[in-house]
Amino acid sequence: MKIAKVIGWVLLIVLVGIQFVSTTRNQSDIVPTTDFMIVNNVPKPVENSLITSCYDCHSNNTNYPWYNKVQPVAWFLEGHVEDGKKELNFNEWGNYSSRRRNSKLKSIISQIEDDEMPLTSYTLIHSDAQLSEKNKEIVIKWITQLKDSL
Amino acid sequence: MSKLKIPTGILAMAVVALMATSCKDTKKENNNEDAHHTEQMEENGHLDDGVQDHSTMDHDKMGLSDKMMDMNKNAMRSSQIVGDYLELKNALVADNKEAAAKVGEKLVGSLENFDKSKFDKEQQGELTDIIEDATEHAEHIAKSHLDHQREHFDVLSKDVIDLISITGTKKTLYQDFCPMFNDKKGAQWLSATKEIKNPYYGSKMVTCGSVQKQIN
Repeated sequence: MKIAKVIGWVLLIVLVGIQFVSTTRNQSDIVPTTDFMIVNNVPKPVENSLITSCYDCHSNNTNYPWYNKVQPVAWFLEGHVEDGKKELNFNEWGNYSSRRRNSKLKSIISQIEDDEMPLTSYTLIHSDAQLSEKNKEIVIKWITQLKDSL
Repeated sequence: MSKLKIPTGILAMAVVALMATSCKDTKKENNNEDAHHTEQMEENGHLDDGVQDHSTMDHDKMGLSDKMMDMNKNAMRSSQIVGDYLELKNALVADNKEAAAKVGEKLVGSLENFDKSKFDKEQQGELTDIIEDATEHAEHIAKSHLDHQREHFDVLSKDVIDLISITGTKKTLYQDFCPMFNDKKGAQWLSATKEIKNPYYGSKMVTCGSVQKQIN
């Protein structure tokens, strides 16, 4: 009984302790001129889908949920966003060479087609980010057109 | 009850501390990015070692044979990449995901070691672009399942074809074409043998495809 109490206190102290560890927050008000939406003439439905389903991890501005203020959730999200931006950052689109754009568009199509993106761990909480079959089709069709026009 | 009050107090303090630190963090990220840029520039600054610099050599001697030597050296620079690429292609022909992943990893290293310092400025820009793109595809091949490996191999093939169009190659290579892959848009690949062995479909359709052109 006493041991359980000690363990409980230790856990609590650790949990409180890690709240002081800071994480990098991915937030910016500036939409750079290199943004995907500015470089390309994106139709509204496609734009909406991409912003709701992709931009949280693939741009410089994450729309954070309230629980991101709590550790260890913040760590988990920080890692996710960092990886996502490294792979593809829609805000940096204008800086990508045509070779890279072609590669990225191909990957976007393939990931959406195979339901690998948006990640299940993300859509579980952000149910609005889940792409409906219809939206998937609209996005894939338009991205394919863009890729073929490069 | 009194025991419960203490933790809530600490928690409240924690939240306040978090809010205070969050502003600082955004700045920190920007600084990191700057540091990264200069680091990269420095790296580009002294890539120069290993191969002899021809600009300091006697002008009279800069004849045809020297030009040939330059071309050979350039081809040598890309030979490791081409070697890994061909090994990767063979792994995909054999439907061997593990082997492909292993070569993918090796290819990342070869791409990293590629020395572009002896090419002219315009070529260097193009080469940087190719190497960056190819590295991403190789990284993905190292950790994907077979279908994805093949998708990445498609774009990687384009990168390697463009690479050797700049560096040249000493090997005799065949540029092959599979009309079915990629939703029937087709996909190219390079092979060291004339016989068609399709890396996009492997055992399912190993002889599907045709030679587009012979290089060397």
